Amino acid sequence: MDVAIPRPASEIVTRAVGIGVAVGVYGISFGVLAVASGLSPVQACVMSMLVFTGASQFAFVGVLAGGGGALAAMGPAVMLAVRNAAYGLSLASILPPRLRDRALAAHLVIDETTAMARAQSEPDAARRAFLATGVSVWVFWNAGTLAGALLGGGIGDPSTLGLDAMFPAAFLALLAPQLRRPGAPVAAAAGVVIALALVPFAPAGVPIIAALAGVVPGVLTARGVRG
Amino acid sequence: MTWAALLALSLVSYALKASGPVLAGGRRLGPGVRQTLDLVAVPLLAALILVQTVGDGHRLVLDARVPALAVAAILVWRRAPFLVVVLAAAATAALLRALA
Repeated sequence: MDVAIPRPASEIVTRAVGIGVAVGVYGISFGVLAVASGLSPVQACVMSMLVFTGASQFAFVGVLAGGGGALAAMGPAVMLAVRNAAYGLSLASILPPRLRDRALAAHLVIDETTAMARAQSEPDAARRAFLATGVSVWVFWNAGTLAGALLGGGIGDPSTLGLDAMFPAAFLALLAPQLRRPGAPVAAAAGVVIALALVPFAPAGVPIIAALAGVVPGVLTARGVRG
Repeated sequence: MTWAALLALSLVSYALKASGPVLAGGRRLGPGVRQTLDLVAVPLLAALILVQTVGDGHRLVLDARVPALAVAAILVWRRAPFLVVVLAAAATAALLRALA
């Protein structure tokens, strides 16, 4: 059972736009890097529209920028996208019921939309949070990519503004209400330990996927609590 | 070549995102399965938070992101509004980097 406090719709919109703006700044960075790595502005924009998962896109252009080919760039990009499959499973119950709507909404399954949706206590609020965040992030990410691809360099590093620290803070704020569920603190702690232990050895993306194993001690704890 | 890779990545990315909602969506799930799926996002998001905070390629580093997350954690615990949490974390990291 979810025990998070219900949020009014305006709060959802405020959060969705806030996350979208931060993502948009990274979209600018992505556009700049993509063009610098040899993609055309059209390719950069098509990628942001269709691939629409930031970590994978950064990994893809990172390999190109390092002199790797497009095929070599696929591997890390796919590894970083695998966690979206787990997000999709966790969101399956709150996405729109009609298959066509669900298939369309599935394109928006990413870190930000999962965190926002799962932070809501009611399925209706979760669906609204998912869609509001998905649309906001998609619009800002693509607007940012277009701006970065056309303007090119001359844009500072977003981390000087502390923007890189915004994402973990946002995800923490969205994870906190979920930690009141039985077994959730154990699942979270196990996930963190697994991921950090793997960072030095495993390819990018793998530590976070492997953290999924934290569900097992989480479920066992929840069952133990219930007797 | 680049276009082919881009379109292939788009297809793979969409297939990964859509597999859960299309296969599991709209089905009646047992309480055990639902309970498990309810927990799926928790360890992933927890891991994402820490990897984004101390990860740097294959290294674990302690830099301005750590105190920023600590400030965020205190504000979350004090039930500060979402945007306050996020902006305070950014300001902390930006300030520490400006001073360094």
